[in-house]
Amino acid sequence: MSDLRKVSANPHVRSKITTSTIMLAVVISLLPATIFGIYNFGFKAAVLVVVTVASTVLTELLYELAMKKRVTIGDFSAVVTGLLLALNLPAGAPWWIGIVGGIFAILIVKMLFGGLGQNFMNPALAARCFLLISFTSIMTNFETDVYTGATPLAALKAGESVNVYNMVIGKVSGTIGETSMIAILIGACILLLLGIIDLRVPGSYIVSFVIFLGLFGGHGFEWNFISAHLAGGGLMLGAFFMATDYVTRPVTVKGQYIFGILLGLLTCIFRVFGGSAEGVSYAIIIGNLLVPLIEKLTHPTAFGKGGAKK
Amino acid sequence: MNKAGERLINGLIKENPTFVLMLGMCPTLAVTTSAMNGLGMGLTTTVVLALSNVMISLLRNIIPDKVRIPAFIVVIASFVTMVELLLEGFIPSLYDALGIYIPLIVVNCIILGRAEAFASKNNIILSLFDGLGMGLGFSFALTCIGAIRELLGMGEIFGIRLMPESYVPFSIFVLAPGAFFVVAALTAIQNYAKIRGEKKGKDVSKIQSGGCGGCDGCSSSGCEPKFYDANAGKEEK
Repeated sequence: MSDLRKVSANPHVRSKITTSTIMLAVVISLLPATIFGIYNFGFKAAVLVVVTVASTVLTELLYELAMKKRVTIGDFSAVVTGLLLALNLPAGAPWWIGIVGGIFAILIVKMLFGGLGQNFMNPALAARCFLLISFTSIMTNFETDVYTGATPLAALKAGESVNVYNMVIGKVSGTIGETSMIAILIGACILLLLGIIDLRVPGSYIVSFVIFLGLFGGHGFEWNFISAHLAGGGLMLGAFFMATDYVTRPVTVKGQYIFGILLGLLTCIFRVFGGSAEGVSYAIIIGNLLVPLIEKLTHPTAFGKGGAKK
Repeated sequence: MNKAGERLINGLIKENPTFVLMLGMCPTLAVTTSAMNGLGMGLTTTVVLALSNVMISLLRNIIPDKVRIPAFIVVIASFVTMVELLLEGFIPSLYDALGIYIPLIVVNCIILGRAEAFASKNNIILSLFDGLGMGLGFSFALTCIGAIRELLGMGEIFGIRLMPESYVPFSIFVLAPGAFFVVAALTAIQNYAKIRGEKKGKDVSKIQSGGCGGCDGCSSSGCEPKFYDANAGKEEK
């Protein structure tokens, strides 16, 4: 050992966990849902997933090369965005939908605002909403070779009965990655066990959604209705993988609970009173927009400041 | 006459009301769903702008300073009412497309801004050309925005199909968010061109809006120099 003492600026304690390990863990935990989606919808879904992920990664690479910035595709965040976006597309969508969505997510929502950590809303969800508004008929057409007819939530909204067992397994129509509650929960458990996400946002989101749905849903706390709403649509995927995005959720603990409850309320309002059957993606990006306000309201007092008022 | 030509160029390029001054954003975002609507709105505003500039320039020595804004508004509102009735009578389709935004030309900040910053201080000829230049710059910008939105959102420009049949239009571009995307992109391209010109060592003060003649009386504090010239704000302190 040399006698030199190294004097350095903080931080002095460093974690081995880096952005790329976190993002890689998210990718791995999304694999069950992805694999089930491909199994469920067939080869077309696999093509769409590959094309979308390639489009987000390439967009980030080309933008950074063109702008002579440090290339950050190694942190896997573009892969996560691409994968999440692909899981939010209907399996029957043409391949260029994935490319357009990928470019929009990375270029407009992420890179133009300064790259990872600077985006004010979840890129994958913003791209999904962009596609939903631009190509409504394509994005709401869930008919594939495997399934015809409405998604379970749309059927539920129309007053038809649905098979909750199939919804939990995932043998229903919908977007590629949202159908199987079990596959998503396996991935979510991986993330929870690794400590990458915690239950504050997803927990308060789902609990408040159930409460609001019971109050406003028109069916009371009827078990079949509530469980169909929990298993159907993008609620699980949104709650565990998109509402928990580090960049676009509040950093304060109290704020995270408020954020979750807000998402539950918005999702319930969109699903019960809205024109379409699903509302998770709009709820989350509207919640994202309110994050700065939530953080301002829940800003903790520094030690020694404040205290008893005279 | 040279000065008059300069006013025209000034309004069209140097101080383009939409891309440089960022004025009149409300009609810019709202009515540019197609190239035709953009052009119609632009030309309507041009007529009102030129006429009100002339009238205010004529009255500039009579209007008392304290009530000049209400006086300007009365002049502008009279011209807007005339144009509105003419449009309703002769081009009802455009009248329907522009809707509430025609009466709202009264409060378009470009018109009031030029009245305050230019017409109330300069002679009639210069004011006329200033109004025409600004109006044409506004029309040009609105037509550009409208054309891009129409092309991407419907696959056509001025109702003529340009995209191949297989093109699936991005309907978001004819909806409200599309206006923000297009205005932001066009402004970014224009700023990029300016910054590049600056780096090449051109005398940018001539190109930029910073050298505008009306700054003395201009009440807007968010004026351009701060946008491009990092030192512009510091000198004042």
